[in-house]
Amino acid sequence: MDTESSVTTEQNLPDEAIIEIIDMHKWFGDFHVLQGINLTVHKQERIVICGPSGSGKSTLIRCINRLEEHQRGRIVVDGIELTSNIKNIEKIRAEVGMVFQHFNLFPHLNIVENLTLGPIWVRKTPKKEAEETAMYYLEKVHIAEQAKKYPGQLSGGQQQRVAIARSLCMNPKVMLFDEPTSALDPEMIKEVLDVMIELAQEGMTMIVVTHEMGFAKSVAHRVLFMDSGQIVEGNTPEEFFENPQHDRTKLFLSQILH
Amino acid sequence: MKNTASETVPFWLDPKKRAIFFQLITLCMVGLLAYYLISNTIHNLKRQNIATGLGFLHKESSFEIGESLISYSAASSYGRALIVGALNTLYVSSIGIIITVILGTVAGVARLSTNWLVSKLAAIYIEVFQDIPVLLQLFFWYAIFYETLPSPRQALHPLPGVFICNRGVAFAVPKADPAHGYMAIAFLTGCVLVYLIRRWANKRRDKTGQLFPVFRVSLAILVGFPLVTWWLAGAPTAMSTPKLVGFNFTGGKNFSPEFIALLLGLVLYTAAFVAEVVRAGIQSVSKGQTEAAMSLGLRPGMVLNLVILPQALRVIIPPLTSQMLNLTKNSTLAVAIGYPDFVSVANTTINQTGQAIEGVALIMVLYLIFSLLTSAIMNWYNKKAALVER
Amino acid sequence: MTDIEHTIKKEEIKPPVVHVGVIGWIRKNLFNNWYNSLLTVVTIFFLLKIVPPFIRWAFIDSVWNTPSQACRHATGACWSIIPHNYRFIIFGFFPYNLQWRPLLAMIMLFALLFFSQNRKHWKKPLAYSWIVGLFVMGLLLKGGLFGLKSVDSTQWGGLVLTLLLSVFGLTAAYPLGVVLALGRQSKMPAVKTLCVVYIEMIRGVPLISLLFMASIIFPLFLPEGVTINKILRAQAAIILFTAAYIAEVVRGGLQAMPRGQYEAAESMGLNYYQTMRLIILPQALKIVIPPTVSILISAFKDTSLVVIIALYDLLKTTQTVLSDPRWLGYSREAYIFVAIIYFLGCFSMSNYSRKLEKELSRGD
Repeated sequence: MDTESSVTTEQNLPDEAIIEIIDMHKWFGDFHVLQGINLTVHKQERIVICGPSGSGKSTLIRCINRLEEHQRGRIVVDGIELTSNIKNIEKIRAEVGMVFQHFNLFPHLNIVENLTLGPIWVRKTPKKEAEETAMYYLEKVHIAEQAKKYPGQLSGGQQQRVAIARSLCMNPKVMLFDEPTSALDPEMIKEVLDVMIELAQEGMTMIVVTHEMGFAKSVAHRVLFMDSGQIVEGNTPEEFFENPQHDRTKLFLSQILH
Repeated sequence: MKNTASETVPFWLDPKKRAIFFQLITLCMVGLLAYYLISNTIHNLKRQNIATGLGFLHKESSFEIGESLISYSAASSYGRALIVGALNTLYVSSIGIIITVILGTVAGVARLSTNWLVSKLAAIYIEVFQDIPVLLQLFFWYAIFYETLPSPRQALHPLPGVFICNRGVAFAVPKADPAHGYMAIAFLTGCVLVYLIRRWANKRRDKTGQLFPVFRVSLAILVGFPLVTWWLAGAPTAMSTPKLVGFNFTGGKNFSPEFIALLLGLVLYTAAFVAEVVRAGIQSVSKGQTEAAMSLGLRPGMVLNLVILPQALRVIIPPLTSQMLNLTKNSTLAVAIGYPDFVSVANTTINQTGQAIEGVALIMVLYLIFSLLTSAIMNWYNKKAALVER
Repeated sequence: MTDIEHTIKKEEIKPPVVHVGVIGWIRKNLFNNWYNSLLTVVTIFFLLKIVPPFIRWAFIDSVWNTPSQACRHATGACWSIIPHNYRFIIFGFFPYNLQWRPLLAMIMLFALLFFSQNRKHWKKPLAYSWIVGLFVMGLLLKGGLFGLKSVDSTQWGGLVLTLLLSVFGLTAAYPLGVVLALGRQSKMPAVKTLCVVYIEMIRGVPLISLLFMASIIFPLFLPEGVTINKILRAQAAIILFTAAYIAEVVRGGLQAMPRGQYEAAESMGLNYYQTMRLIILPQALKIVIPPTVSILISAFKDTSLVVIIALYDLLKTTQTVLSDPRWLGYSREAYIFVAIIYFLGCFSMSNYSRKLEKELSRGD
């Protein structure tokens, strides 16, 4: 993918870790879907996770905001320990934004209402302020003119940009992306990736599960390869793509980049 | 260049003319059939000396009706008898609909419960009661009354003031007291207050963002106001309890076996269908909606209220109104167990006057009115609630 | 290609014990939070109160094949009412020694239904088998040809009558319903109005009013001296009723057909009847098979209403047995038996419909 403005990825990131995952395991019944995950994400760091389907990459990020429950190990987000404690879970969810493969906009609310739902009911923001924030973010994702429309009236690419804006309205510290462009027609992928690149340029901490390697090359600080529930290898994009260390990684890359 | 666009075509090849011709033939055939049937009917009615017209509605009915919401005697007219029947239909249908919606919703939600035991029991209830004809269920419950339940002398007494025997169900009700009137007023005032509080709380939330516990406060008001009024009015606790006098119970509120059997059969049957409607509605909201709402940090209660229910209700309401109409139509089976609903009374009227056509026509007209009303309401709701799409 | 090396050590770690196995299942399904635990305890309490007494009544204290006097002394269910009366309940007034005929007819029906389940069999031979089968079944019931003694239709009753009313009802109602649905979609105002009025009127009234009409008013429509027997009239009412519901279901299927199908047929030069017969109806009718089965299930249940106009279907024969002084008072047992028959019929049909829906939505 052609990128004129590659986002600077110098390694002088703040030392502070915003997410720490320590020896995390998860089972679906007897199936060991995540096997000993160790991952530290620093503030403003951008991580791309790739791998074959079934490798557990979606499950991994869904564990971070407790859409899935881990059975062993620790997850710490912004200093808060992720356990069955409801209060902790709610605090974490307010700090972590998630963008889904299938957008999941609320079809019975218009765009502005979709965006103000969270701020009004979770952060207890007054309506006017919430709407101003909503319009601000709608401008940012270049979709402000659709504010009064309903999700059913928008294209896939437009809906995904609205979904990104919806998460941003909660002022999260981390944004998780679960294959954000996999459900889009090819001509709409670029508009969503452009928004994500702009987000990166402003210093948002991002963890992105995707197959868009061009995006990884231009934006990521680290690219991780997952297979069969383990993080097989992780490196800077240059090292990762030029010099894969493990055979599994090499095999995957040969299938994906031809 | 020859212009063939407006050339006249022989009429048997012109689609428009063929359509008109076809319709004329159809109307002619229908007309002829109608003429044939009607002329036969007129002839037969004359031959059998059956009267026509609705004059019989003013004649004296000379039959009694077991239960009635308004005053009625054998000296009243057929017209009045039919009104009694219609009121009975409305009575049993309204109570039936309310209980069915509650029971059906509980069963539908239970079917989706994560508790295996509860979910399986709900599934068994739904499957079994859907697959047995409602008339059979009516006969069964009616038979329970006159075969299994004891006579009034040995009536079942499961709770204080409640008696179940083969003459029906009797239970204690509070004796009429002016306090009840005040309580009703207090409740209505409470409703108005709750409405005002909701508006105020919404405005406040818009302005300052603070959330007010509207639900809990409303509940407290709707329960508390009548309660306080009751206490202020002297806390009357006098109950009219059923007492065995001779061969039956007097006092309290009495429901006949016919009524209870009809209600039980209709409710248990229809609620099984309502449960499926509710279940389908809840499942129609994709899991992604819940996940997106939870990722924003919304609590389960808010997820339900703001995201799931609005979408689920759009899917539930149309088939739900259809089931409510079915219950009303099924209440006509009352004629089989002797509950005096509209069809029952009309049936007796037909037997006595011989005017079958008018009688059956009246039945059809009444239920057509119910159906058309329900359709209209449903169409209005569908238009209003439709999700906006491209 | 060399094997992929496993350079990363993979320990065999087992999930925590409380999450798998029997204990795990119980924990996850019955006690996964305080709310469910409470529900489980309360439900088990109620089950313990209801189920053991029922089992005692139905199985332990019950009698199964004794003469009626013995029943009076039993504290449990008197199931003997069934073995002593099942032939009347199922066959009605059909002559006793000729009952092999309706039995054979029913076996044929079930065989045809069973065979029709498999969608791979849905070809022309099956349709012909059905036509021949229905004819043979009618013959077995009526008699009069091929040396079979004639049996008047007033003697048809019980389960035989119920199945007859449902099967012939749906078979005749189906084409009528399709015609009505096409008529409703028509652009010709006269035809459309007639169909709409018919459909909405029939769907708006209770079945019982149509049965009353059949029972009391149809005879008035006929010229002097002409009579049609009551079963036929009731059958006509059921057909007219079911056709309206089928029409609505088929209309749903027709509306689900993309405009492109009509346009493709038009551009090939097909006329209206060819379009419908070859292109639209085959697809539309396939889509609406599940709701159609659902209508069949309703028709099967609704035949029980003919009790009210004194036709001897399964329900009425049962009630007749119950009015016999010897068997007075055992309604519960008799009705439970009949309920089981209805349940088996409806359950297998609705199960099939669900299975079919799944297959169709997968696109096989």
